[in-house]
Amino acid sequence: MSNEAVLHAPAAAGSLDHGHGEHHEHHHHETFISKYVFSMDHKMIAKQFLITGMVWAVLGGLMSVLFRLQLGYPDSTFPWLEDLLGKWAAGGKISPEAYYALVTTHGTVLVFFVLTAGLSGTFSNFLIPLQIGARDMASPFMNMLSYWFFFAASIVMLSSMFVETGPFSGGWTAYPPLSALGDASPGSKTGMDLWIIAMALFVVSQLLAGLNYISTILNMRTKGMSMTRIPLTMWALFFTAVLGVLSFPVLLSGFILLIFDRNFGTSFYLSDIFINGVGALPNEGGSAILYQHLFWFLGHPEVYIILLPAMGIASEVMSVNARKPIFGYMAMVASMFSIAILAFLVWAHHMFVTGLNPFLGSVFVLLTLLIAVPSAIKVFNWLTTLWRGNIRFTPGMLFAIGFVSLFISGGLTGIWLGNSALDIHLHDTYFVIAHFHIVMGVASMFGMFAGIYHWFPKMYGRFMNNTLAYIHFWVTLAGAYMIFWPMHYQGLAGMPRRYYDYSVWESFKQFAELNQFISLVAMIVFAIQILFLFNFFYSIFKGRKVTTENPWGSNSLEWTTPINPGHGNWVGEIPEVHRWPYDYGKDGKDHIPQTTPIGADESHH
Amino acid sequence: MMTAVQANGPQRIHRHKFTLWVAMGSMVMMFAGLTSAYIVKKNQSSWLEFNLPMVFWYSTAVILVSSFTIQTAFQAHKAGEMGKYRILITLTALLGIAFLVMQIMGFSDLEANDIALTGSRSNSAASFLLVITGLHMLHVLGGVVAILYIFFRAYNPASKAGNSLPVELAATYWHFVDVLWIYLFIFYNWIG
Repeated sequence: MSNEAVLHAPAAAGSLDHGHGEHHEHHHHETFISKYVFSMDHKMIAKQFLITGMVWAVLGGLMSVLFRLQLGYPDSTFPWLEDLLGKWAAGGKISPEAYYALVTTHGTVLVFFVLTAGLSGTFSNFLIPLQIGARDMASPFMNMLSYWFFFAASIVMLSSMFVETGPFSGGWTAYPPLSALGDASPGSKTGMDLWIIAMALFVVSQLLAGLNYISTILNMRTKGMSMTRIPLTMWALFFTAVLGVLSFPVLLSGFILLIFDRNFGTSFYLSDIFINGVGALPNEGGSAILYQHLFWFLGHPEVYIILLPAMGIASEVMSVNARKPIFGYMAMVASMFSIAILAFLVWAHHMFVTGLNPFLGSVFVLLTLLIAVPSAIKVFNWLTTLWRGNIRFTPGMLFAIGFVSLFISGGLTGIWLGNSALDIHLHDTYFVIAHFHIVMGVASMFGMFAGIYHWFPKMYGRFMNNTLAYIHFWVTLAGAYMIFWPMHYQGLAGMPRRYYDYSVWESFKQFAELNQFISLVAMIVFAIQILFLFNFFYSIFKGRKVTTENPWGSNSLEWTTPINPGHGNWVGEIPEVHRWPYDYGKDGKDHIPQTTPIGADESHH
Repeated sequence: MMTAVQANGPQRIHRHKFTLWVAMGSMVMMFAGLTSAYIVKKNQSSWLEFNLPMVFWYSTAVILVSSFTIQTAFQAHKAGEMGKYRILITLTALLGIAFLVMQIMGFSDLEANDIALTGSRSNSAASFLLVITGLHMLHVLGGVVAILYIFFRAYNPASKAGNSLPVELAATYWHFVDVLWIYLFIFYNWIG
C-alpha cells in the first residue's frame, strides 16, 4: 500500500487504476467539520493536540499559582479566592482538601495532558509525515480517534473539578488506599471515579497514537529515506512511541485492579485498614506496594516519554540554527536507544523506601546511574554541536539551548537521588520536586517552546513575534531557576513535599520568606506564559507572513512543502531523499537539502 | 499509483498488518504486567490455592478448534470459495461465543464451590483469575466483533471481493487471542 492509498482510502475504494500521479489537490470537498473538527489531516490533529494541551497548561499552571499562594502566604486571606473557588476557599483561604486536589490535578494534568499529549501528540502528528516524506499517518482514522479519546479524557477530567466532593486529591500517582477507598477522603469519591475514567481514556488515546507513529515511521518513509537519514526528531518520537506502547498497557492493568478494589470489593491492594468513622475493613492480604510496581513500570518510562521528544526537537533546532551538522548522529540514536531500554529497568528507584530488599535496591541504583552515560553523551553532543557554530539566536534556538541547560542542572540531581542511601533522606522532600520539575517539567516545556517557535511558520504560514519571544525566554529561564533552585536547599533541610502549611513546623519556619519568594516568581512566570499565548494566537492571524518555503534554511523535508501545505503535504510527487538532514556548512555550502542528489565533487557523505 | 508504490520501495508487510503486530506487543505487555503481579501476590501471605474449573479445559479445546476454522476460512477466502468461507467464518464466531459462555460457566462453578471472585470474602487468587480471564474475554469479544464485521462485508456488493486483507488481519488477531489463552491456561495451572 502506498501513501496515495492512505490519503484516498476512505473515498476511493476500487480506484486502483486511476492515474493519481500528478495532482493531489483536493478533489473532495472539505466542510468546516471535516477540516477543523473531525479532521484526519495529521497537521490539523497536531494543532488540536497543541491547543488542547495549551488549555490544560493554563489550567494546570493556574492551579500551581493557587497552591503557591497558600505555601507562600499561609497566614493571609484572599477574598477573591472565595469568589473563584467557592466553598473550597471559604474566607479567602484555600482549604486543605482543595490544596491537595490542586496539587494532584496539577501533577496529573501537566504530566499526562500537557507534556505527553501536548508535546509528543503535537510534534509526532505534525512532524512524522512531514519529515519522513509521507502524505499522512499510516491510519489517519486511528489518528483522529486518538485525539478524540484525549478530548473525552479532558472533558471527564475537567468535569471532576465540579463535583460536590471535589476532584481526586491523593497525589498524581494515585496510590491506594487513598485512591481505592471512597471513604478515605472527599476526593477519593466521585472525583477519583472520574480521574480513573479520564486516565483510562487517555491510555487508549496514547496507545492508538503510538501504534500509528511506529507504523508510520517504519513503513511510510519516502524513497531514499533510510532509517539513518531520518532527522533526530524522528528517532526521538519513535522511541517515545515505543515506550508508550509498551508501558501504558501495564498502567492500565494497574488501574483495572484498582477499579476492582474500588468497586467490587476485591483485595489486590488493600489489607488491614481501619477508617475513622467507618471501622475496620474486611479487605485482607492485599499489597499497596503492588500498585506502586505497576504504576512505576509506566511511571518511569513516562519520564522519557516526556523528555525524548524535547531532546529530539532540541537536536534538530540546534543543528539548524548552529548551521552545523549535529555532532554524533549515531551516538545520539544509540543513546536514545539505551535510554529507552534503561527506562524499563529502573522503576524501583521510586520505591527505595517502601521496604524494598536493599540488594535489589542496589541493582536498581546501578541501572539508574547507568542512565547518566547516554545522558552525558547527549549533552556532550549538543555542546559540541554549538561549538564554533555560526549560531543564530532565534527564539527556538534559545529555548533549545535553555533545554540543555536545564537538562544538565536537573540531570545532575538525578545522580544524587538515584543513590538509595541518599534517597532515604531526600525521598518525598522538595529536593525531588526540584529535580523532576527542572529535568522533566521545565526542560520538556522548553523543548516544546523550541518546537513551537521553530515550526510555527510551517504550522500557520506566519512568524511569531521575536521581541515577545525573547522576553518570554529570559523571564521563563531565570524564573524557572529562581523557583526550583531554592527548593534543593529546602529538600536537603528535610522539608517534605505535599504539606499544607510549613509555618507551623519549627524546622521549616526559616523558609517562610523563601517560600514567599518562590511563590512570587511562580506568579510572574505564569503571567509570562500568558504573554506567550497572546503571541501565539495573535501571530496565527496577524503575524509576519512567511514568504519563502524554507525560512530557516533547513535541510529536512517539511520545508520542501508549500508554505501552507494542504492535506497530502506535497503537490505532485513526494520528493526523493539523497542524504542525511544535517549537511550544514559542507563543502563551503551553507546548507544542502535532503532532496539534493549527491554531487560528483562532494567530500565524503 | 504505480509511481507511488515504487517510491516506497518493496513493501515486505502491509502497514495495517504491521500496526496489528505492534498492537499485539502492547497487549502482551498488559498481560505480562498482570501475570507478574499475580506471581508477586502469590508469594505473599494468604494466597488461596484452588483448582481451575473443569470447563476451562473444554473452552481451551474450543478456542483451539476456532483457530483452525478461521485459518481455513482465510484460505477459502483467498481461493475465492466464498460459500465455504461464510460457513467457516460463522463457525468461528459461534465457537468464539461458545468460548465466552464457557468461561462464564467456569466463573459460576467457582462461585458455586464457595470461591468468591469479588466482594469482601474474596481472595485475590480468585480475583486475579477473574480479572485476567475477564480481560482476555474482552479481547476475544473484540475478535468476535471483528469477525462479524468482515462477515457482513462479505455480503456487501460494494466491497472488493479480491481483498482478503481484513480476513487475514482478523485471523492473525484470532490466533493471537488463542495463543494468549493457552499461555494463561498454562500459567494458571503450572507456572503461577
